[in-house]
Amino acid sequence: MANIEIDAPGTSQLFIGNEAIARGALEAGIGFAAAYPGTPSSEILGSLSIIAKKMGIYAEWSVNEMVAMEAAAGASYAGIRALAPMKQNGVNVVSDFLSNLVMTGIGKAGLVLVSCDDPSAISSSNEQDTRPVAKWLDIPLAEPGDFQEAKDMTKWLFDLAEELGTICMLRSVTRIAHARGNVKLGELPTKQHKARFEQTHDLKNVMPTTLIPVPSPFRHFLLHMKLDKARAKFESSPFNRYVGPDKPELLIITSGSCWLYSQDAIDVLKLRNRVGILKLGTLWPLPEKFVMQHLNKADKVLFIEEIDPFIERGIMELAGNLPSDAVRPIFYGKRSGHINAFGELNPDLVIKAVSNILEIEYQARDAEYNNKAETTVKSSVPERTMTFCAGCPHRATFWSIKNALKLDGRDGFVTGDIGCYSMAIGPAGFFQVRTMHCMGGGAGVANGLGKLGQFGFDQPVIAVVGDSTFYHASIPALINGIYNRSKFILVILDNSATAMTGFQPHPGTGITAMGEPTPVVSMEALCRALGAQVEVCDPFDIKTSTDTLLKMMADDGGAKVVIMRRSCELVRAKKDKAPYKVRVDANKCIGESCGCDRLCTRIFLCPGLVWDRKAGKSMIDDVVCSGCGVCADICPQGAIVTEAA
Amino acid sequence: MTKKQLTKDPLNLIITGVGGQGNVMISLIIGNAFVRDGFLVTVGETYGASQRGGPVMSHLRISKNTQYSPFIPNGCADIILGMEPVETLRMLGKYGNPKVITIINPRPIYSIDVTGGQAQYPELEELIQTIKELSSKTWLINATEEAQKMGSHMFANAILIGALIGSGVLPLTRKSIEPVLRETFPKEIETNLAALDKGIKLVKS
Repeated sequence: MANIEIDAPGTSQLFIGNEAIARGALEAGIGFAAAYPGTPSSEILGSLSIIAKKMGIYAEWSVNEMVAMEAAAGASYAGIRALAPMKQNGVNVVSDFLSNLVMTGIGKAGLVLVSCDDPSAISSSNEQDTRPVAKWLDIPLAEPGDFQEAKDMTKWLFDLAEELGTICMLRSVTRIAHARGNVKLGELPTKQHKARFEQTHDLKNVMPTTLIPVPSPFRHFLLHMKLDKARAKFESSPFNRYVGPDKPELLIITSGSCWLYSQDAIDVLKLRNRVGILKLGTLWPLPEKFVMQHLNKADKVLFIEEIDPFIERGIMELAGNLPSDAVRPIFYGKRSGHINAFGELNPDLVIKAVSNILEIEYQARDAEYNNKAETTVKSSVPERTMTFCAGCPHRATFWSIKNALKLDGRDGFVTGDIGCYSMAIGPAGFFQVRTMHCMGGGAGVANGLGKLGQFGFDQPVIAVVGDSTFYHASIPALINGIYNRSKFILVILDNSATAMTGFQPHPGTGITAMGEPTPVVSMEALCRALGAQVEVCDPFDIKTSTDTLLKMMADDGGAKVVIMRRSCELVRAKKDKAPYKVRVDANKCIGESCGCDRLCTRIFLCPGLVWDRKAGKSMIDDVVCSGCGVCADICPQGAIVTEAA
Repeated sequence: MTKKQLTKDPLNLIITGVGGQGNVMISLIIGNAFVRDGFLVTVGETYGASQRGGPVMSHLRISKNTQYSPFIPNGCADIILGMEPVETLRMLGKYGNPKVITIINPRPIYSIDVTGGQAQYPELEELIQTIKELSSKTWLINATEEAQKMGSHMFANAILIGALIGSGVLPLTRKSIEPVLRETFPKEIETNLAALDKGIKLVKS
């Protein structure tokens, strides 16, 4: 990660959007930041945690987004500027607290929520748009159009939150959060933080420090006044601007990464003198006057935004208030079908929409080349399905689960949730996982399935959760299962890190975000205290793991826990050398004639094992193999040999 | 502002490979060197879930005066640095054009689809031939092989950076890369610098 704390005002740095946001928060003088890791938001807290000690601020990985948001609000109440970054799903987790927080207002110090959305769900279970949450909960919302704005807007939102006395929200998307660009640095503050929760007992002045959302209608009225104030300020915000000719043929209205795509598109189409762009940075409440001033610039208006028609509907609503004799432009966007209401956009989709509306012929490249390039790729480039890394303990765990369910013979299955192990819905985990929703969702679903015995249900149910997910969202489901005697096995895939998002520590690791040692919240002690039967296995010991699962499935009691414990291979490889040098003994591997149906390369599918087409035998790819040695235990011929590395 | 000139503005560079090869690291080093030389750089990375053995690509847009989007429009790549041959062809399919220049490490990384028998990896010679036919110029750099001789396949990244700057397709010199490389790999800097020089030598031979 980049050095976000570098004290060099005026210099340009190459930051990902998330680092720019973290830098903006630093320049705003935050003292507190709390988050739960979630792609594409993780690097915000990640980059702050590295420099927190040096900069005299506090940063934590919280157990989940709700606690992070609540903790950040606590800091605001004591006069410390606080940041709570999260991915789009995190906003759902936070929404109950948020819906009350907007009523109580924040403390004297600014409080900013950052939501990093993931259009196309590149690293997510869904592509939920969080902008409507801001509208739903009356939260002022801004969206940066590039990396510089990601920094500048974050800083500005802290001032705005304090001025309005309400939480403000920054919405970013993957292509800003995880893309890199130039960021010119500003000054870092030197002010010392001093925290105190001021209590007043003056009944006439009860509002400022009694942080309750009632009387609700009155609080709601006050919140609407704050929004009116925000709207008035947004009318002159430099984050909203128009670029283009005075009288364009087409007006594009856009924001965020789509602002970049729109510029690309009109550059490629050479339409700078025919198309104008109204770039919005403050999205809720919309700056009505500013928008209406520009709306009559062109006869045709195209909305370019990802996922929901948020700006499109907001502006069409404003246009509905135009006098009946006013000339209304033709609106193009999601409603007209020119822009998809699903999936992320890119310059090519904008080029397509613009050239369609303006009836322009556009060909990206020479037709003959295009034909050759597309047909060769189609005919000769193989798929590259995602899989667990070489040496991943999850592959071994799902191998044991698959075998145990098969040996049990009652058509058992697995419910799952979010993490690297979600890939077990596919060949990586032998198609074992049958349900996947939100964090902890599989454990909850298993609770219901495990109570269907009276309706003739007799299939074993295994719920898999990661270690970080266990602490985040699975403990209430386990308590429920024990309390209501639901029959399922909770398998905790403990790889000692929040691996999917970049190996962040969690309550089971004994280390904090700032690198301080801390007591381990022992998952086995916790589960036993709840009354669960608990077994701990090493997933690389396939025989013991399989036997343990089988034994638990045969037991008729309530909820049970198996902890499959082995460090993430990527974490291990950073610390230690490979345990083994693995090779295939070409004399022992008899290939297709073995009768194993190429168990290692067709079923087990570790990317470190490849099939030598010419020799008709398996072999190890020494560039990919991590030397875990698990495959040696699955080869029926004993042809895979491990030697001390 | 820099005195160095771009042959085209924006200059569009794609770095492609397989998750885990070091794609992001290369784009970060090249991107930082350009920013220090006074250019506006946007880097779009496709990673996240795809770091688990999936195809990865970085789009670098380098310009004198515009912060471009993190996506190169279809058919608009100027240079493709391929850390893996089939991934290079995948990129040409979408972003190639008759003028595109390719620099490739011909060492295949098989996908589980290929290993499992659901897909076939093309014959390497034919694959390289197709890449050449779809490029105006192609350099083959045996980066993995050379890196293994130096102790680890991971030095392939520095070899490929060397090849990229040695080829002269970018207005970057060894002098502008070296400080960034030193900051990125403080521990193994000597071997990485040797790998960088190896890459420069290989592309010129």
